[in-house]
Amino acid sequence: MSSAPQSSPSPPSPPPGARRPARAGTAAHAETRPSRWARLVDSDLFYSFIHSPVTVLSALVTLVLVIAALLAPAIAPHNPFDPATLNLMDGFTRPLQANEFTGNVYWLGTDAQGRDLFSAILYGARVSILVGFAAVAFAALLGITLGLIAGYRGGWVDSLIMRIADVQLSFPAILVALLIFGVFKGVAPPALQDRMAVYVLVVAIGLSDWVQYARTVRSSTLAEKNKEYVQAARVIGVPAPLILLRHILPNVMGPVLVIATIGLALAIILESTLSFLGVGVPPTQPSLGTLIRVGQDFLFSGEWWIVFFPGLTLLLLALAVNLLGDWLRDALNPRLRR
Amino acid sequence: MFAFILRRLLQSVLVMLTVALVSFGLFRYIGDPVNNMVGQEASMAEREALRESLGLNEPVPLQFLRFVGNAAQGEFGMSYRMARPVADVIVERLPATLELALISGVGALALGIALGVYTALRREGWLSHAIMGLSLVGVSLPTFLIGILLIYVFAVELKMLPAFGRGEVVDLGWWTTGLLTTSGLKSLIMPAITLGLYQLTLIMRLVRAEMLEVLRTDYIKFARARGLTDRAVHFGHALKNTLLPVITITGLQIGSIIAFAIITETVFQWPGVGLLFITAVQFVDIPVMAAYLVLIALIFVVINLIVDLLYFVVDPRLRVQRTGRAH
Amino acid sequence: MSVSHIEQMNAGGGVPLLSVRHLRVEFPSRRGMLVAIDDVSFAIARGEVLGVVGESGAGKSLTGAAIIGLLEPPGRIASGEILLDGEPIHALRGEAMRRLRGRRIAMIFQDPLTSLNPLYTVGQHLVETMLTHLELSPAAARKRALALLDEVGIPAPAQRIDHYPHQFSGGMRQRVVIALALCAEPELIIADEPTTALDVSVQAQIIALLRRLCRQHHTAVMLITHDMGVIAETADRVAVMYAGRLAEIGPVAEVVRAPAHPYTRGLMGSIPVLGAGVERLVQIDGAMPRLSAIPSGCAFNPRCGEAFARCRSERPGLMPAGATRAACWLYAGDCEGLSAPARDEEGA
Repeated sequence: MSSAPQSSPSPPSPPPGARRPARAGTAAHAETRPSRWARLVDSDLFYSFIHSPVTVLSALVTLVLVIAALLAPAIAPHNPFDPATLNLMDGFTRPLQANEFTGNVYWLGTDAQGRDLFSAILYGARVSILVGFAAVAFAALLGITLGLIAGYRGGWVDSLIMRIADVQLSFPAILVALLIFGVFKGVAPPALQDRMAVYVLVVAIGLSDWVQYARTVRSSTLAEKNKEYVQAARVIGVPAPLILLRHILPNVMGPVLVIATIGLALAIILESTLSFLGVGVPPTQPSLGTLIRVGQDFLFSGEWWIVFFPGLTLLLLALAVNLLGDWLRDALNPRLRR
Repeated sequence: MFAFILRRLLQSVLVMLTVALVSFGLFRYIGDPVNNMVGQEASMAEREALRESLGLNEPVPLQFLRFVGNAAQGEFGMSYRMARPVADVIVERLPATLELALISGVGALALGIALGVYTALRREGWLSHAIMGLSLVGVSLPTFLIGILLIYVFAVELKMLPAFGRGEVVDLGWWTTGLLTTSGLKSLIMPAITLGLYQLTLIMRLVRAEMLEVLRTDYIKFARARGLTDRAVHFGHALKNTLLPVITITGLQIGSIIAFAIITETVFQWPGVGLLFITAVQFVDIPVMAAYLVLIALIFVVINLIVDLLYFVVDPRLRVQRTGRAH
Repeated sequence: MSVSHIEQMNAGGGVPLLSVRHLRVEFPSRRGMLVAIDDVSFAIARGEVLGVVGESGAGKSLTGAAIIGLLEPPGRIASGEILLDGEPIHALRGEAMRRLRGRRIAMIFQDPLTSLNPLYTVGQHLVETMLTHLELSPAAARKRALALLDEVGIPAPAQRIDHYPHQFSGGMRQRVVIALALCAEPELIIADEPTTALDVSVQAQIIALLRRLCRQHHTAVMLITHDMGVIAETADRVAVMYAGRLAEIGPVAEVVRAPAHPYTRGLMGSIPVLGAGVERLVQIDGAMPRLSAIPSGCAFNPRCGEAFARCRSERPGLMPAGATRAACWLYAGDCEGLSAPARDEEGA
């Protein structure tokens, strides 16, 4: 393919010397660049998005789940946590079948204590998604900061950070998270534990995953650091943090986004695993993992839906986010361009 | 070569010491060991005596040394919850985890490599697409869900396999094995699949990506330009180069299998060290947690060392660093 | 070697070794069908060195890839023919094409470091290739490998044969690559920028080696490069490519001495000459057009100082221009609008 330099982004450049005729009706700018929206729609990224039905589907599913979950308090038909609204007789209702005692119908059935499963799932998904996003944000912030510092400063700071990163990378995320949680349980007074559990969970999951961000950002920083425009900025006296933020960071956002998306799926799975194991969110704010743990006990007595629907939701959520991340990674990888 | 081994050994010792430090910190400072061991009724004098015997009044660095010394001999004190020496409990339960880890690890590796190579060579076929699609589901399915699903299908509905426990085990001195009994083997199937599925998916995707990458290289292009058969190109050249980085990742994976075993053992109530650890976290049984940490670190470090040595053996670029550079 | 010598070599057979006729290579892309090689025709005689020169992106490497059947999908040969010794090979697939590669047509690439598998010794590379194509025992193949290594100038071949690629320097590696290309005794070697990745001091050695060996083994060479100096030293004839088309083709001495096509003239003019005393290097304004925006008529017309109306509307074919042939309306003369003279396979 040609290596000719390009003067403007998308439309083919007119032959040199030609003038674009002013069209009747447009403003005086005869040579405006297309709007940002038009550029986005015309970009390769959008093209690959629209032409992959799987990706569009995943994006839709993710969007629906996230919005539904975030709006749970508003749209859930019942509040599963208000004991006053619960009727024990409603317990163990099958999905879409009228309860033999109360005659109530629930879309996804009820659990042992008469909680509407649909509402419980909405609230549970909400917890899972919020914790997931928060953990990813925390990990990204930590990782990006450390990566920028390591790459920019170099020297012993760089070595130290990278050593820690290497050691941590060899420990699986779940172990790190469990350890942090274990320490927390041993240290914190029992009264505060329930309230603080969510924050500790976010920190635990975030701490287990920051390394990828740090590494990617660090290598980009190292690459950019020696370029002339950075050196020029330093000579002028631009303070280091500003250089990092304005010049280096934008170059890294692509890979960081990919890591974050896949990281979100991992965070959701990790959170649900921890909750399943009983060391995640407190029982007062059950997430999908907690629901599954509770539901597992009823598997043998035939009430399969108590486990099935939360599990299905979890799977769909993780799958959709993973698919999005996969597509993003392939779309942003210049070497895979066909 | 010697310098390399020496350096790696030193690094390993350093890592172990760091882990020991963390472990010691847990042990000494989380909760009060004396209170946990003695209970309410003990008098002050008894507590003081215990403190003295545990060495809790000595300066901290000395305590750390004592801790390391004890740890090296496998002495981690008593489990708070079970009132038994931690070392005993761990040794008792280690074979269960190791057997499970080994079976699922080897299976995941073999199948993962085979599938990875297949999907890389037959990129466009429908089977490849199907396998890749399923692999994505595999990565998105949390381990515990897989376990629950398997239990439901095979234990609850089909009643073919046991849902819990390890079945009958045969005692071989300090190792207990479930491989020699039918019930033991039957009990192993679902946990092994559960544990191995994630690893399988990971390895398969890794091998596929690596192989696709290798197939794009110039030396493969040149091999084709020289008219080598597809078989020679794919399995002689591409596969060999693909498997090289896979060795490292696989080594790490074996380590992480042991961690994932925690989940699997919880779902299936498999009596291994993973279940032991999670129970310890729930009950804040510090000695067990500390010991588990050191144990896992040891396994990781040993595996990393083996992987590094393996790399040395397999990759000629590392080997011949001494004998003459380019000329 | 002069042109007459080549004509002598061809006199017996009459059929050129390689004949490319109206080759057209296309790439479907989301911006439509891109034509990377557009109606290119040339021939290579036995034992001849044809230089193919042009800027990056002009289609030189693609032409080589198309000939040896290694076009990367979705690129494909849309039309045209490639004949090896009179037999069409452009439509060969799979096993049939594989047997040709290495045995009758070989190809070497730019970067010798990445051309060799780091996990295989040099000897393993050579023996494997020979065992694939020739009826030899492994012992005989190894002996041949040793002889070849000696021939390409690797010192102490008996030891080096068991060394790995990373133990060789760049120039030595490229010698090994040349040995690999020659080991099955092909009739044509396509050398795609064989010296670009090497130090300048080594480049001359490698080019000299290539030329000597190919003369000795009577192997034809299609030497693809952007370096006109290398062509001037080594080639018998040269083909100048621009935007996927042939701009000029002719004997090297003539093209260098009196280039006919304005583009070739620009290329010649931009080569710095010691002691020439010019103030500024000649530079052709503008840049080669992208595949999606090739001008109508002659592809070079927007940058050509001598373009006129016909250049912008009609695409010129190769026509005689002095001692060479050029695709330029300046030389239309009596040959009005010939787009594909039927005699261009013979070379001029």
